[in-house]
Amino acid sequence: MIELVNSDRCIGCDICVKVCPRDVFDSGDDGLAVIARKSDCQTCFLCELYCPVDALYVSPHAEQDDEVDSEQLIAQNLLGSYTRNMGWSRGKMGGTDKDPTRQLRILNRVGREEQPTPQRQLL
Amino acid sequence: MNRETFRVSSPQNVITADVLVLGGGPAGTWAALSATRQGARVVLADKGYCGTSGATAPSNTGAWYLPKGPQRDAEIERRLSRSTGLADRRWLQRVVEQAQIGLDDLGNGGYPFPVDDEGKPYRANLRGPDYMRFMRQRAIAAGVRILDHHPALELLSADGAIAGAAGIDPRSGNRWEVRAGAVVLATGGCAFLSHALGCDGNTGDGYLMGAEAGVRLSGMEFSSQYGLAPAHTSVTKGLTFSFASFYLEDGSPLPENGEDRAIRIARQLIAGEKVYALMNRGNPIEHDWLRQGQPNCFLPFERIGLDPFKQRFPVTLRSEGTVRGVGGLEIINDDCATTVPGLYVAGDTASRENITGAVSGGGSPNASWAIASGTWSGRAAAIFAASLGDKAHTRLVHGLGKAGLRPRKHQIEDIPISEVITAIQAETLPLDINFFRSGARIELSQERLDAIWQDVRDYLVGEGRNAVRAREAAAMTATARWIWASAAARQESRGMHRRTDFTTIDIQQTRRILTSGIDDVVVIAQENQLKEVA
Repeated sequence: MIELVNSDRCIGCDICVKVCPRDVFDSGDDGLAVIARKSDCQTCFLCELYCPVDALYVSPHAEQDDEVDSEQLIAQNLLGSYTRNMGWSRGKMGGTDKDPTRQLRILNRVGREEQPTPQRQLL
Repeated sequence: MNRETFRVSSPQNVITADVLVLGGGPAGTWAALSATRQGARVVLADKGYCGTSGATAPSNTGAWYLPKGPQRDAEIERRLSRSTGLADRRWLQRVVEQAQIGLDDLGNGGYPFPVDDEGKPYRANLRGPDYMRFMRQRAIAAGVRILDHHPALELLSADGAIAGAAGIDPRSGNRWEVRAGAVVLATGGCAFLSHALGCDGNTGDGYLMGAEAGVRLSGMEFSSQYGLAPAHTSVTKGLTFSFASFYLEDGSPLPENGEDRAIRIARQLIAGEKVYALMNRGNPIEHDWLRQGQPNCFLPFERIGLDPFKQRFPVTLRSEGTVRGVGGLEIINDDCATTVPGLYVAGDTASRENITGAVSGGGSPNASWAIASGTWSGRAAAIFAASLGDKAHTRLVHGLGKAGLRPRKHQIEDIPISEVITAIQAETLPLDINFFRSGARIELSQERLDAIWQDVRDYLVGEGRNAVRAREAAAMTATARWIWASAAARQESRGMHRRTDFTTIDIQQTRRILTSGIDDVVVIAQENQLKEVA
């Protein structure tokens, strides 16, 4: 679930308030985003992708609270890590044409996700 | 809110359109785009945000990009045989064909598909966040008016035809209303708030709205698809496990007995055993493809601080309900029309038996179905709306919503919505109830859900955000009752419907099971369709 809005980074653009599909954020009294309905978070990580300043952190724990430390996340390079790995930048889409998933689909025919993964050892 | 307050609003709160699309995932955006191409004025209302809502947005999905030829024909025959006789060759052909047209249209419209080794765009894969963001931009460019955070609560009817929808803005609490010549339901399936990736907005809202209008449901017994995820996480992505081996607590391999992997894992989890995965297959180049293409597969490990190539990690199965199950509203023709004039369905809101039969359409089939059914329903809705001419917006309308919106009795005390949801989940999510099913346990779930339904129908209602939650709880209760009614009627095991009391397939039951009704659920078994496909 969403655990952090880093107030040093947040610029109060309200993009997360707008794009969260579960309506988890509100715009706070100081103009910065606040986590208003955490238990509605569906742990989809998409708010991080849209945040132009890498101010948000979603814990992979979908049901339990996860205590996080902002400085530690920055030190571990985890704030904005999903965005960087996707190739998005400042909330804008990018890296789409570099997606190598086709290699996996061709290799493994894993496009058929509903089937058990082939048992053969890969290379 | 009481029954009196959810009433027809003053004219200034009413938006008019030719076509109203409910839901802004792939099916909804394709429907909206397709309707604009017929010259229709289109409004798209999304419960969340068109671009991030739904099961596709956080995922990465294959899609059928199969040019005419032997490869296409072989895939169609393979799908037909896997469907256990419940799919239809002609529907498969037209979905495959329309998906290719749609993917080409997407590429020609500027979607940056990756390029393969021969320098040609590779169009059989879509990156969810990019795809949905791009579809939103396309819809806006085509003139679609998007209403984000506008959950629909009910359809509006005019003399038996669907003439729009009404809902609420959860932030202001204000009611909204869109009057339209036709409506496309593209609100997704129902995964009972299981936290499967991107599925929590999918609470069966469209099923309930459609059923209230009189539409039947089909294939609801095929609703027991579960997605594998690292334990405690939401990341139900099959690709995460493409390089994994599976182990039990003591380090021994997950027993192999010829059954599908998911079934073997489910058996262990039901027995109270932990199941672990370790990514000890493939090579570093292949691992990088996965890491680069779908960083959210690795995100849980990076953030938990675990190396999945060296350390084993526990896994869990999360219900994907009818999202990657099959069942949904019945469509009656090639336009994805329903039995109700002016009402069309697309994507997971519709039954996908025509293309997948008794097995999951997760991945390419569902992604292709969203493109095709969206395109057809949007076009047909626009043509229907045009046929109404000027009278479309002068019709007298009334709201069809009942359970969770207009309770039968005046409220004596609040029913906590969260308790209702927990009770529904107890009859839909557990593996020992739903992954494997038995007649006796189905009967118990039916009794319990009937009791929940009485309370929901009599008393449940909410204000503001709780108006949405109450309606979602009603939709999930109704969906669970259709699921168990059809599961009771299918006395065999077929595809994802696994009965412990009828363990084999019975070719006499190669037929569809329909459910209808809301307060009283009725089951209709169709004629055996084995001959049609033989």
